[in-house]
Amino acid sequence: MDAILELRGVSKHFPSHRAVNGVSLEVQRGAFFSLLGPSGCGKTTMLRLIAGFETPTTGEVWLNGARIDHLPPYRRNVNTVFQSYALFPHLTVRGNVEFGLRRKGADGIEAHVERVLEQVRLTGKELRMPCDLSGGERQRVALARSLVLAPDVLLLDEPLSALDPHLRKQVRAELKDLQRRVGVTFLFVTHDQEEALSLSDRIAVMNAGVVEQVGSPQEIYQRPRTRFVASFLGTINWIDGIGVRPESTRISRERPQNGVNTRLAVVTECAFLGSVVHVAARLEGGEALVAEIPPQGPAVSPGDAVHVWWNPGDELRFSP
Amino acid sequence: MKPLRSLFLAPAAALMIVTIAVPLAIICFYSLLTRGAYGGVERPWTTENYRLLFDPLYGAIFLRSFWIAAVATALCLVLGFPLALFIARSGSRKNLYLSLVILPFWTSFLIRTYAWMFLLRDTGLINTGLQAAGLIHTPLPMLYNDGAVILGLVYGYLPFTVLPLYATLERLDKSLLEAAADLGSPPWNTLFRVMLPLCAPGIRAGAILVFVPCLGTYLTSDLLGGSKTILIGNLVQNQFTAARDWPFGAAASLTLMAVAMALLFAVRRQGEELL
Repeated sequence: MDAILELRGVSKHFPSHRAVNGVSLEVQRGAFFSLLGPSGCGKTTMLRLIAGFETPTTGEVWLNGARIDHLPPYRRNVNTVFQSYALFPHLTVRGNVEFGLRRKGADGIEAHVERVLEQVRLTGKELRMPCDLSGGERQRVALARSLVLAPDVLLLDEPLSALDPHLRKQVRAELKDLQRRVGVTFLFVTHDQEEALSLSDRIAVMNAGVVEQVGSPQEIYQRPRTRFVASFLGTINWIDGIGVRPESTRISRERPQNGVNTRLAVVTECAFLGSVVHVAARLEGGEALVAEIPPQGPAVSPGDAVHVWWNPGDELRFSP
Repeated sequence: MKPLRSLFLAPAAALMIVTIAVPLAIICFYSLLTRGAYGGVERPWTTENYRLLFDPLYGAIFLRSFWIAAVATALCLVLGFPLALFIARSGSRKNLYLSLVILPFWTSFLIRTYAWMFLLRDTGLINTGLQAAGLIHTPLPMLYNDGAVILGLVYGYLPFTVLPLYATLERLDKSLLEAAADLGSPPWNTLFRVMLPLCAPGIRAGAILVFVPCLGTYLTSDLLGGSKTILIGNLVQNQFTAARDWPFGAAASLTLMAVAMALLFAVRRQGEELL
């Protein structure tokens, strides 16, 4: 496989804490790669190490076959879409998009700007100031001014978190579509598992400065390697130390057939969500769990004594 | 609410009227009269005092005052910017450095200007030191010239550029500088293309705060410039003391004020507060 970006044993230690601890990672050319983890897990520090705003304490960063960890940000062919977009408030949309091109001294600046603004659907807004743009438009300017420089890797630092929730899903689809069209490698930092699962070709799940697992969204969700990965992506029921996803957890009044694992429980809450019903129950031992059952199945209500069961094949097991 | 607001505003308004509007009206009034034989003013009414200001002699004084104020302002900005940037980036020591910047205000400006005389004069610390070290044989002419006046002004008014520059630099979003670097801009390019444009309000405020008082200065030019450096401030002072030409002094000071106000409005940007 052709890796465009490679981290080799990268660590970043700050006086107060160790943000990144011996991370090795490969990002394939043209991929939509996500760094997923809770806040404070080191994913933004990773991005800043790649962009050049931080230098690693140990380890190497390689981009397109060249070592870059000693280069200043302005000499690295990666560009960043900042969380707050960081558009230059004193420059127009055109001025923002031209900023990097002018430094490069590229030919045909106008044609480049026109084309990239068309790609992000901002044609006609060239002379607007950033303060006169909507959140979605600002984000597209931030994308345009980075993409116009044709970076080897585009770094995106939670670019959807500054948007209204109802806009987020729409922009998410647009972002994926844009990445496919321009073919640039995206390294996308997020704490939102749904974003990571729906957008990415590959995901690296980070926790406390280390990468816990790298894989496709399906691998990460269906075969989590650690308890942290299992509980960070989606919900999980812990029953006697065994993990079972809510959609694999069944509930019935009758005793289920043989060949499945079963426990007795009492229903505590039912929530009808349209396509599924969330049933919360409490096991005899006191552990709470959630089951996602189809709405057309037999109805249960709070206080009912039920059997909770699951197929052994659906259990998630982890090495201690 | 309204009557209560007027009640609280009244003392300040009264003070402004008594201490600013009334004296201004008196100056305006005097500037249109004829000088008295022993000071004071007499009739008839005249505009001669204003016409006299167009005399090349006084024109030169005005130009020289503008030149010296402009050079002092430019130097204050050039010296103040790096200092303000340094303070804005020194984290927990910010407040210590800021108090050091305003520390000189604890001593009278007059005394500090005299201190410069002791340093700069022929038998001053610098000249005697250099002579003792054998570096020079005759004292360097450091006092009683335009350079000494500019030095005194820059020394005195530097804090007035550092403070507003610090205020804008401190608020400056650091991610904008990172974004510039990220887009391929080396530090010096970022300084001119991003940092300075975004600091324009602080630069304007600092420039006004230095330029206006420098334009009207008379103490610094009197003590450090000697008789060779006559500025508008000295001209006005002279008219009310030695020359005993109150109407001309009033006309000169009003003209200075008008020019300063015009400049203030010229550098003010639409929708921006002055300070």
